[in-house]
Amino acid sequence: MNLLNSLISGLSLGSVYAIIALGYTMVYGISKMLNFAHGDVIMVGGYMSFIMTMYVGMNGWLALLIAMAVCTLLGITIERLAYRPLRGTGSLAVLITAIGVSYFLQNTALLIWGANPRVFPSLLKGSEPIRLAGGKLIISQESILTIVAIVVIMVALTLFVNKTKAGKAMRAVSEDNGAAQLMGINVNQSISLTFAIGSGLAAVAGVLMCSAYPVLMPTTGAMPGIKAFTAAVFGGIGSIPGAMIGGLILGIIEIFAKSYISTELSDAIVFACLILVLLVRPTGLLGKKVSEKV
Amino acid sequence: MGTVLTVNNINVYYGAIHAIKGISFDVDRGEIVTLIGANGAGKSTTLHTVSGLLRSKSGDIEFLGESIAHTAAHKIVSKGISHVPEGRRIFQGLTVEENLQMGAFVTKKDRIAENLAYVYEQFPRLKERTKQIAGTLSGGEQQMLAMGRALMSDPELLMLDEPSMGLAPILVDQIFEIIKNLNKAGTTILLVEQNAQMALSVADRAYVIETGKIALSGTGEELAKSDEVRKAYLGG
Repeated sequence: MNLLNSLISGLSLGSVYAIIALGYTMVYGISKMLNFAHGDVIMVGGYMSFIMTMYVGMNGWLALLIAMAVCTLLGITIERLAYRPLRGTGSLAVLITAIGVSYFLQNTALLIWGANPRVFPSLLKGSEPIRLAGGKLIISQESILTIVAIVVIMVALTLFVNKTKAGKAMRAVSEDNGAAQLMGINVNQSISLTFAIGSGLAAVAGVLMCSAYPVLMPTTGAMPGIKAFTAAVFGGIGSIPGAMIGGLILGIIEIFAKSYISTELSDAIVFACLILVLLVRPTGLLGKKVSEKV
Repeated sequence: MGTVLTVNNINVYYGAIHAIKGISFDVDRGEIVTLIGANGAGKSTTLHTVSGLLRSKSGDIEFLGESIAHTAAHKIVSKGISHVPEGRRIFQGLTVEENLQMGAFVTKKDRIAENLAYVYEQFPRLKERTKQIAGTLSGGEQQMLAMGRALMSDPELLMLDEPSMGLAPILVDQIFEIIKNLNKAGTTILLVEQNAQMALSVADRAYVIETGKIALSGTGEELAKSDEVRKAYLGG
């Protein structure tokens, strides 16, 4: 039963990583940049939802919608102001800028909301955990919600990317930006849309994560951001199913390491697994081989 | 007839390198015009500048009487210019059908079915492979897909960059046969080729580009007979 409990917690944590990793991987796919500020967008989503429920007195779900809207706008703004002017310059400049944006968001949050951790009100406040097998198997409703969320998001995203015109255009831009322009696709719009989707998902991830682990502070997004980035690389950066699988596996490894080996070493074990996978498959589990263009 | 495209004294730089040094040429409706020249002479750069992926520092580009020198690349397609870039650059991970849909990105909905039927008529091979992932097509099929994709917007002017590159001779003949057919059906064509012999054989007029400048121009026939061209590009 212990094993099953761990597996469910792992899946739940992994689902959060997967939702964040989707943002990393989609943005990387389309603009070939690592948006290290992505984790901090999660934190902003968390605070938005916190403020709306605690100070404005909104229902948690409505607060989630507001948080998504704010993060979507934030994502578009970050891309427009910080990354777009650097498009076409070296990837190093963009990377450093992304780290700068990350610190900017963390420190702005610190200024506005202070360093004190806040206790986040769960989206499913007051819900009783479900007890099965005579009380041995305890599943929190937050875990179930998180797992349901990643399934819904994954299905919706897959349909969007494969069936809609805007989704196909995003894939075309990911593959060949120049050729996409020759088709009449507005690349800037496509990239904005990707940041919008990724950042909206980050808000969802923030609220779900804070519902399950109810501590909110300005650095809340940093570690999950790095882990989700790891998950995206693990699954093969640029690949949407890869991000999901990478996230889930990473979550499960982390919880198992915590339950059976050592809480302190769990992060070390997670990253050691990443290194092992990259040694065997440098492009990640589902990553495509990058062939040089002639 | 009438002029479709007028390129007037354009200058393009790659950083400090002056790649196009005041090139001017024009293309009339219904013509096949070819730009020939050695590798690195500036042929592809010229096409990229017309389609807006590169910018000219000075001069002008007029299409159907309207300046497009400052028009964004993604807006030029809907004006009626379609560019098949060098190396085909089809979307490898998309299916044949999805590639063609991308080609019709700016095409009016009610025209798409008609254009698709036309493309399948020109390239029956593509019709057999609609659901196939484009990256798994052979080189010749990929070239056909790139051309079909460009035709999906029903362009007034089709610009082809090295359509014969990397293809077996029999396929080169096939591709050039198709180019002639498209032209007969009313599409004006601007063709860039290293295979000067093939290019001159189908072209109404030709320009020879050398190190970023127009060195020679004339009808396809004239240039094919010219001593200079024969020595430099046709192997004696």
